[in-house]
Amino acid sequence: MLNNASQPDHAVGRSAIDPHRLAQIERRNRRERWGRAWYKFSRNPLSVLGLIMVVTITLMAIFAPFVAPYPQHAEPFTDFANASKPPGGQYLFGTDEIGRDILSRCIFGFRYALVMGVAVLSLVVPVGVLLGLVAGYFQGTIIDTIIMRVTDIFLSVPPLILALAVASVLQPNLTNAMLAVSLMWWPWYTRLVYGLASALRNEYFVVSAETIGAGTGHILFREILPNMVSPILTKMSLDMGWVVIIGSMLSFVGLGVQPPTPGLGTMVAAGARFLPDQWWIAIFPALAIVVVVLGFNLLGDGLRDLFSAEES
Amino acid sequence: MQRQADALRRLGLFLARRLVQSIFVLFGLSILIFTIARVLPGDPARTALGARAPQETVDRLREEMHLNDTLPVQYTYWLGDALRGDFGMSLVTRRSVTTDIAEFLPASLELVIFAGVLTLVGGIALGTLSARYKDSWVDNLIRILSYAGVVTPAFIFAIIFLLVFGLALDWLPSIGRLSEGVPKPPLVTGLITVDALLAGQLATFWDALQHLIMPGVALALGSMAQEARITRATMADNLNKDYIAAERALGIPERVVMGRFLLKPSLIPTISIFALDFAANLANAFLVELIFNWPGISRYGVNAMLRKDLNAITAVILILGVVFILMNIVVDLVVGALDPRIRLRAARSD
Repeated sequence: MLNNASQPDHAVGRSAIDPHRLAQIERRNRRERWGRAWYKFSRNPLSVLGLIMVVTITLMAIFAPFVAPYPQHAEPFTDFANASKPPGGQYLFGTDEIGRDILSRCIFGFRYALVMGVAVLSLVVPVGVLLGLVAGYFQGTIIDTIIMRVTDIFLSVPPLILALAVASVLQPNLTNAMLAVSLMWWPWYTRLVYGLASALRNEYFVVSAETIGAGTGHILFREILPNMVSPILTKMSLDMGWVVIIGSMLSFVGLGVQPPTPGLGTMVAAGARFLPDQWWIAIFPALAIVVVVLGFNLLGDGLRDLFSAEES
Repeated sequence: MQRQADALRRLGLFLARRLVQSIFVLFGLSILIFTIARVLPGDPARTALGARAPQETVDRLREEMHLNDTLPVQYTYWLGDALRGDFGMSLVTRRSVTTDIAEFLPASLELVIFAGVLTLVGGIALGTLSARYKDSWVDNLIRILSYAGVVTPAFIFAIIFLLVFGLALDWLPSIGRLSEGVPKPPLVTGLITVDALLAGQLATFWDALQHLIMPGVALALGSMAQEARITRATMADNLNKDYIAAERALGIPERVVMGRFLLKPSLIPTISIFALDFAANLANAFLVELIFNWPGISRYGVNAMLRKDLNAITAVILILGVVFILMNIVVDLVVGALDPRIRLRAARSD
C-alpha cells in the first residue's frame, strides 16, 4: 500500500500517503500553477515585452563593463578630439562635450537607476508592510491611531517635495538621495497593506488561528501576509519606474548622482545646456529613462492583470 | 425643505470633521518640517549672517531667533510666528518669506490651473473616445499614446518642447510669463491671463497665454494620459453592467446612455486621481519651472533648497501641504456630489 504508485490519489487514505509521493504531487501542482500563470501572462504581448525589457536592462546594468563599447568613458575621461560628435558610426549615440561615448554612459546610467530603485524598495517595503500589518491587525487600538496618523502626515505632502527637502539638507550623493526618497515612500505601502490587513483580519482563517491560540507573529506573517503578496508585488514593479523618475529628477537639480558619475538625470541636466544644436547629449539619456520606466510599467501592468484574473 | 436642511447639516458636519482632521495633519507636518530644518548640521544664525560676521552679531541673532532655547521651546516660537503668517527672512532674496510666496505662488497656480484644465478636458475626452470605440484603431492609438505619456517624466517633455517648438521652429516663447515690452496688467488675482482679461488688455492676455502653452502642456501630458487610462478603464467596466443594457433595452438614445448614465458614475475615479495630481503638480512643476524660467513657487523652493534657505524651505512645504489637504477635501465633496451611494453612506455613519 505504501509504495503503490499506481493507486489513484483519491483512493489513498490520508494516513497512508507516502511522503515522497506527496512531495511529488505537490511539485507537480506547483509546476502546473506556474505553467498556467505563465500562459496567461504570455497571452499579452505587452507584458512579455515589459519582462524582456526589464531582464535586458538588468543584464546590461550588471554586465555594463562588458556590454558598453567604451567602459572607460563612465569614469573621469576626456577626448577633446572626438567631442560633440553626432550619433552614428563609431559612436552610436554620439559623444558629449568632452568626447565621452553617450551609449556607454547610458548603459552605466542604468546601473545607478536600478541600484536606486532596488535600494529604495528594499528599505521601504519591509518597513511600510510591517507598519501596515500591525496597524491593520490592531485596528481601532491606540497602535492603529498612532501609526496611521503619522502616515497621514507623510501622505499630506507630495512625496517629491519632501524628498527634495531632505536631500537638500544632506550631502548631495546617491546614498543620501536614496535615503531621502525612502523616507517619503514607506507610507504608501503602509496605507496599501493597512487596507488589506484590516479586511483580512475578520476572515475565518484568521479567526480560527486566533481560536487555537496562534501567536501574533504567526497570524501576521503566516496567515495574513501571504494573502497580500500579489498587490504588494504589483505595486513594487510599478514603483520601480516612479523611483527611477524621482531619482532622475533629484539628479537633474544636482541632489543625486554627482558628475562625472553617469546618472541618467545628471546627464540630461548637463546635456540640456547644449540644446538644440547638440541635441543628442540630452535626448539619449532622456530616452534611456523613458525605456526603464516603460519596461517596469509594462511588467507591473502584466502582473496586475495576472493577479486580478486569478482572483475572479 | 426638511431634506435640504438635513443635507446641509450633514455637509456642515462633514466639513467640520475634515477641517479638524486637517488641523491635526498640518500640526504634525509642521513638527516634521521643523525637525528636518533643525537637525541640520550648522548654525542657522551663522548661515544667515555669513562667515565673516562678527561673533557678537551672531550671538545677538541667536538670542533673537531663540536658538539657545530647547527644541520644543523653539518650536512654539516658530509656530506662533508661522500662525501669524511670519516665516522669517529668506536668505536668498533678503526679503520676508511671506512676501516672496505671495509673489511666486500665483505664477505657479496659473501654470498648474492651466495644466489642470488641459488634463481634465483632454483626459476625459480621450478616455471617453477610447471606451466608445473600444478595441478599434482609435482605442489602440490612444492607449499607446497615453502609455507613452505616463512613463515620460514632465521634464523630458519640457526639454523636447523647448527644443522643437521654442528653439528649432521658434513658434512659441520659451522663457518667463510675458515678453519684454508687453505691459503688465494691474494686479488683481496675480494670474496674468485673468488680470489681463479683467483689465481688457487683449494683447497682454494673448502673450501670456502663449507663454503658458509649453510649460502647461509639458506639465499636463503625464496626468492627462493617466486620466485617459482611468476614464477608459472605468467606462469599459461599467459598459458591461446590467443597468446599461436595461437602459438600451428601454430605447434610451445611445448618446444619453453614454453621456448621462455611463460618463457620470465613471468620472469618480478620474476626479479623485485628478485632485491628487493637481496638488502634486504644484511640486512636480519644479523642473518645468526651472527649464522655462517660470517665476513660480517650485522654482523658488528648489533654489531655497539648493542654498539651504531654511525659512523659505519650511514655508514652501507647509503651503504645499495646505493646498494638498484643501484639494483632498474638495475631492471628497465632488465625489459625494457625483455618487449618491457615497453620500448616503456618509450620512448613515453620522
